[in-house]
Amino acid sequence: MSVKPAGAYEQPKTFSFTAENQAWAEKVISKYPKGRQQSAVIPLLDQAQRQAGGWLPRAAMAMIAEMLGMQMIRVYEVATFYTMFNLEPVGRHLVQVCTTTPCWLRGSDEVLSACKSRLGIDVDQTTADGMFSLMEAECLGACVNAPMMQINDDFFEDLDAAATVKVLDALARGETPPNGSQSGRQNSAPAGGRLTLLEPVGES
Amino acid sequence: MPTLKVDGQDVTVPQGATVLQACEAAGAEIPRFCYHERLSIAGNCRMCLVEMVKSPKPVASCAMPAADGMEIKTNTPLVRKARQGVMEFLLINHPLDCPICDQGGECDLQDQAVAYGFDHSRYHENKRAVSEKNMGPLIKTVMTRCIHCTRCVRFTEEVAGTEEIGAVFRGENMQITTFLEQAVRSELSGNVIDLCPVGALTSKPYAFAARPWELKKTESIDVHDAVGSNIRVDTRGAEVLRVLPRLHEDVNEEWISDKTRFACDGLKRQRIDTAYVRRDGRLQAASWAEAFEAIRMNMSRLEGSQIAAIAGDLADAEAVKALKDLMGKLGSPNMECRQDGARFDVSAAAGWRFNTTIAGIEQADAILLIGTNPRVEAAILNARIRKRYLKGHVSIAVVGPTVDLSYPHEHLGTGPEVLRAIADGSHPYAAVLKNAKAPMLVLGSGATARADGLAIHGLARKIAETCGLVRDDWNGFNLLHTAAGRVGALELGFVPGQGGRDLEGILEGAMRGEIRAVYLLGADEIDMSQLDGAFVVYQGSHGDAGAHRADVVLPGAAYTEKNATWVNTEGRVQQGRRALFPPGEAREDWTILRALSDVLGKRLPYDSLAQLREAMADDAPLFTVVDAIMAAEWAPFGAEGAIAATPFASTVSDFYLTNPICRASNTMAECSALHSGGAEKATGTHG
Repeated sequence: MSVKPAGAYEQPKTFSFTAENQAWAEKVISKYPKGRQQSAVIPLLDQAQRQAGGWLPRAAMAMIAEMLGMQMIRVYEVATFYTMFNLEPVGRHLVQVCTTTPCWLRGSDEVLSACKSRLGIDVDQTTADGMFSLMEAECLGACVNAPMMQINDDFFEDLDAAATVKVLDALARGETPPNGSQSGRQNSAPAGGRLTLLEPVGES
Repeated sequence: MPTLKVDGQDVTVPQGATVLQACEAAGAEIPRFCYHERLSIAGNCRMCLVEMVKSPKPVASCAMPAADGMEIKTNTPLVRKARQGVMEFLLINHPLDCPICDQGGECDLQDQAVAYGFDHSRYHENKRAVSEKNMGPLIKTVMTRCIHCTRCVRFTEEVAGTEEIGAVFRGENMQITTFLEQAVRSELSGNVIDLCPVGALTSKPYAFAARPWELKKTESIDVHDAVGSNIRVDTRGAEVLRVLPRLHEDVNEEWISDKTRFACDGLKRQRIDTAYVRRDGRLQAASWAEAFEAIRMNMSRLEGSQIAAIAGDLADAEAVKALKDLMGKLGSPNMECRQDGARFDVSAAAGWRFNTTIAGIEQADAILLIGTNPRVEAAILNARIRKRYLKGHVSIAVVGPTVDLSYPHEHLGTGPEVLRAIADGSHPYAAVLKNAKAPMLVLGSGATARADGLAIHGLARKIAETCGLVRDDWNGFNLLHTAAGRVGALELGFVPGQGGRDLEGILEGAMRGEIRAVYLLGADEIDMSQLDGAFVVYQGSHGDAGAHRADVVLPGAAYTEKNATWVNTEGRVQQGRRALFPPGEAREDWTILRALSDVLGKRLPYDSLAQLREAMADDAPLFTVVDAIMAAEWAPFGAEGAIAATPFASTVSDFYLTNPICRASNTMAECSALHSGGAEKATGTHG
């Protein structure tokens, strides 16, 4: 259900937002009408996860509960409900391979096994150096460019085994590979070139 | 008022009622798991599906508002098939462990599976397994059995107001738990055991103790606080196995506090089952005759003014009446039922009752709590105030210690100076009370159990009169008692008579040797060291402080072992019934006093419970009607006087250890240790 961390880790005793994030959080909270501040729980949890390096320590949830006047269990319910929140440390690059039907039909099995063999881990595991975590994801909404995977905030689309390994290699070298389609097409333009609207439509 | 057709029958239900309620009104039974009339509607179990004409699919009746002209069918093949489908889904993951499940025999799922279940399963996959969750010493969890109705989640959020239980993860992985499996800290937590429709949450102390069909069920009244919750005592042989709530809309609805529910193991420990007489400085077992003889030897040569009697918190009205009459025959005016040293005026009943009534709290729109923490003094009453808060448009204010009452409130101050300011109109809250349609105040024992209690009682009356709390159709003056026996004793006049001594007077008299004999009727909360000079008789059920100090101990019956009357803080007369016999030589309390009166040569004029109850009704007419409230007439009470500036403090310091029965209970000791912070370690997120 959730990704296993690379090894033993400790829950930090305390957590507080950086001054910048604190100001941001206050701005987010102020968007909601008085008495409805609890609505800010998801953006705040997300910001805390980013600050903590990709996962949500309990201390961060406690801090947010305090900020929004909620009981701990209510924050915990939200954090456990959404799969985007990681309750244990994950690798620096969280690789989420979409395996839902459209991607699967277009070869997500190949993408997933390429990930497994390149990283040397199974699904829901983290590499020993803490660089990569691998998980399967449900449809991420890029079916038109299937198969695809999401690494941290970026989508990598139109993958095959070679393209997948290339992206992972680049990340392992510390580079930032270009996101989006890996087959060279622009966004979701037709894969083999345009088949319709080849000539300007005459004036009518 | 929509009118709709249920199974061809027209019913009219109030605006806002649901289809399920309309079906019930029409006499059709609707199976349900998640729906509960006292909780918000969740609509997630889908068991209450019914057919609605013109709807393409069955509808969940609990979540569908009843509307004019609807046509509902509850017993068609479509409905049956739909419910069978729901039941099949519920049973996919529910273990077949009924033979080892404590809910067996009183399980909603079991009962409804008989009606809607199949005789075999079409699923070959493994059932999901969920680890047990720690919820503290009261609630045992077997979460594999959970069907995710979320009644427990809604109960802690809405009724208890503590938001401790929640549903984490999602879909098939959803689990009901507390945050990091901390113990549930609510004082009403036991009610989730009754609410759970399956065996996921069961009673830990009662685990594997009995099956419901083996138990003898006796309807009775609770004595652990002055609310007088209606209970059912389940016994097997000579043992009380558990206590469950009984429905009473005007008192406890269908909830009881954890103390009421779980202190019953205290009825088995520390019991006094034979008489004792102190010989050579040690209490030694004795026969009834020897004990009575010892009392006669020590008391018959005393003047009436040298004798005093104190009635305890759990004393039933019959025993108090018998003791009062005995004291009268002995010529003693030294009687006291207020062990906590409360000094309110006892001349007018309106001054010592909860006049608004517990159900009346729901009409109030301004509530002033003075020197009381109802959450620990009367947990069920506090739940009623919270219910009022949830309806909205109410102003709740507290004068006294800062406490967490489970609902937001305004804290006006800690001491009597605030009351003075409200009484003379200079405090802004005076205007709130004056402008309210139904204002009420609750005076707690923290405000009356002090040297200037009488003056504070008078000051509270002044607030009630100047701020319009008392009208022909509304009485907003309330005294909240903490002891079940208190109001009954007050009604019977078990208070210092002409020239009699109050609690302080009795204790001082005993120190100075002016009081030579003290009769304690289950009184354990006083400072026993002050009785050193006197001959002490203790009559009661448990070996607590009183019995340790006593020279003669008479074994009495606990509340489950006698047919007796208690009057709750509202002035509601309620009768408990004997669920089992007292242990050993112990007897019902009034019969002990009747027998003793014979030995002392002051025979009391009643030989049966009926005669005694007649005599009680002669003393106080309210005893003629059971379970009714006779409104007390407003009359002047209290006194003018100097008031110290000392802040108010609640007299109940530990909710779980307020009387001899809970002090003898292991379960209560465990809860007390947990809540005082010792047992549970901080978990890393604290701090």
